Amino acid sequence: MIDIPPTTVTPRASSSSGASRSGDLTAHGVSIGYDGHPVIEGLDLTLPEGRVTAIVGPNACGKSTLLRGLARLHPLTAGRVTLGEQEVTAMPRKALARLVGVLPQSSVAPDGVRVAELVGRGRFPHQGWFGRHSSDDDVVVQRSLVATGVADLADRPVAELSGGQRQRVWIAMVLAQETDVVLLDEPTTFLDVTHQVELLDLLHDLNREHGTTVVMVLHELNLAARYADHLVVMSAGRVVAQGTPADVLDEATVLEAFGLDARVVRDPVAGSPMIVPIGRHHRPDGTPAPDGSTEPTS
Amino acid sequence: MTPLTVTPAVTAVRTRRSRRRAVVLASLAVLVVALATLALTVGAASLSPGRALLALFGVGDAGDLFVVQRLRLPRLGAALLAGAAFGLAGALFQSTLRNPLASPDILGIAGGASVGAVTVLLGLGMTGMAVSLGAFLGAATIALLIWFFAWRQGLHSIRFVLVGVGFAYLAASLLAWMLASADERDAATALVWTVGSVADVRGAELVMLGVGLAVLTLAAAVVSRWQGPLALGDDHARGLGVATDSARVTTLLVAVGLVALATATVGPLAFVALVAPAIARRLTDDGGPALSVSVATGAALVLSADIVAQHGLLGVAAPTGIVTGIVGAPYLLWLLATHERRTRA
Repeated sequence: MIDIPPTTVTPRASSSSGASRSGDLTAHGVSIGYDGHPVIEGLDLTLPEGRVTAIVGPNACGKSTLLRGLARLHPLTAGRVTLGEQEVTAMPRKALARLVGVLPQSSVAPDGVRVAELVGRGRFPHQGWFGRHSSDDDVVVQRSLVATGVADLADRPVAELSGGQRQRVWIAMVLAQETDVVLLDEPTTFLDVTHQVELLDLLHDLNREHGTTVVMVLHELNLAARYADHLVVMSAGRVVAQGTPADVLDEATVLEAFGLDARVVRDPVAGSPMIVPIGRHHRPDGTPAPDGSTEPTS
Repeated sequence: MTPLTVTPAVTAVRTRRSRRRAVVLASLAVLVVALATLALTVGAASLSPGRALLALFGVGDAGDLFVVQRLRLPRLGAALLAGAAFGLAGALFQSTLRNPLASPDILGIAGGASVGAVTVLLGLGMTGMAVSLGAFLGAATIALLIWFFAWRQGLHSIRFVLVGVGFAYLAASLLAWMLASADERDAATALVWTVGSVADVRGAELVMLGVGLAVLTLAAAVVSRWQGPLALGDDHARGLGVATDSARVTTLLVAVGLVALATATVGPLAFVALVAPAIARRLTDDGGPALSVSVATGAALVLSADIVAQHGLLGVAAPTGIVTGIVGAPYLLWLLATHERRTRA
């Protein structure tokens, strides 16, 4: 049995209520490519510290590639990334893993691994040569399980969980890394709408309670508009627009980035902009398009 | 009693996990001791366990001492050490490449070790340390070739396995050709390099196997800290601060060393490196690579195979590798038949 002294860990919230520590995450002239084909070229972007940033854009616009480059999951062909004063690109990986946590797009748990053990792997960057698990690690793991609402599942094999539960467990693992910045690549994919909202609420709480900088690539535009403080719209490897969702998301931007005719209305619940796609079948001849002109249906 | 400082559930999961591993290891230790007793007592000259034990420590008549210390003990030692090395190597391969098929015998790395050893032995006429070195170079060459052909912007385990299977055939053909051309060698030598046997391992070879295994086990303990993150896939592992490519290369280098060491001494005991870690993972069932348990299952597996080979198989003495092959081949078929289904689930 392991004794856990009651004062081993100070709750992070007390040291960091709202105030971020590590600074903005900035891409300076970043280029990234696959097999010599550039996906992103010379991109400059600043993701504000202590905020929730959503990166949106059509398929293959390079949003996931950008996130992978920022997290050093994929090498940059040019440029550099900084976090505050620190060079992300030149940092030892383990040191980076103590500053930036990342949830990649696909996560497959090994057979038989249990929830608490998987979340415990998030402690790796804080452990020494032989990776011994300490009781301090248990405290952090427990806190991550509680924060993501999966504490009751600690002893369950990950493979037996539902998709929504599993995604929370993976996020708990990233939380157990105790980083100032968390990057997530389409964390709501494969989740139904209830679980999508639940998950985004969770990330919102994380940001508001701990001041964690959250950067996520999202598919669902309306949820991005509702949950992001800062919205980055990408298209064809470029940043088309960025700023608060209310400033950024208008009909022209949606048309430019997504090639989609849409009405933008006010979300009746959150007051954020809400995109209502028009589509080919809902624009009878003669009905004015959003900007007042009549466009031919193709 | 706030959830921030009290962690009964998390600690319990961890305690249960290490307790289960301890129970599994202890049971395997008991099994190995029982098998070892059997190996020392049963044979052409049957001894009681008491007499065998006394002879082990140098007490008894000259006949007992000769049978136990000169005949049976080296064979027992070779079985245990080689089994441990194959088990550990297989576990490292399978968990590093995240594929239960990725074992050094399937991938042709054990075959490369055989080719290297036979080249030194027959081609250059050298023995001892040089044979082990040749085995290591052979295994490393095959590993590097597989690496070279399987590498596409990172290491994809299924491509690694398929390329490796190709090289396994190449190594087997080379070996057959070399043994066929070396007509002055007797059949027993050929047998060691094609199927493997723990018989006739001499003292010096045994010492080298033991020392090498100790060193490489230490190295494995150091590289094993990467296994937890690596098992989650490259992206997660990088996110957790592991330089995945160099971690994989280092880990596989240790595993290749283990295969080369064991193959240089006892030949390629088929399927041990494939089967032992699979049994070990089933016994621990915690999603970990089960390295220490694989060491024990490997030792127990080779020792029982050798006992069967010597005494059990239709009353005819057979090389150890024949028995491991008979046990391992059905497992491989079962694995191939169910692999696709399980990866999709």
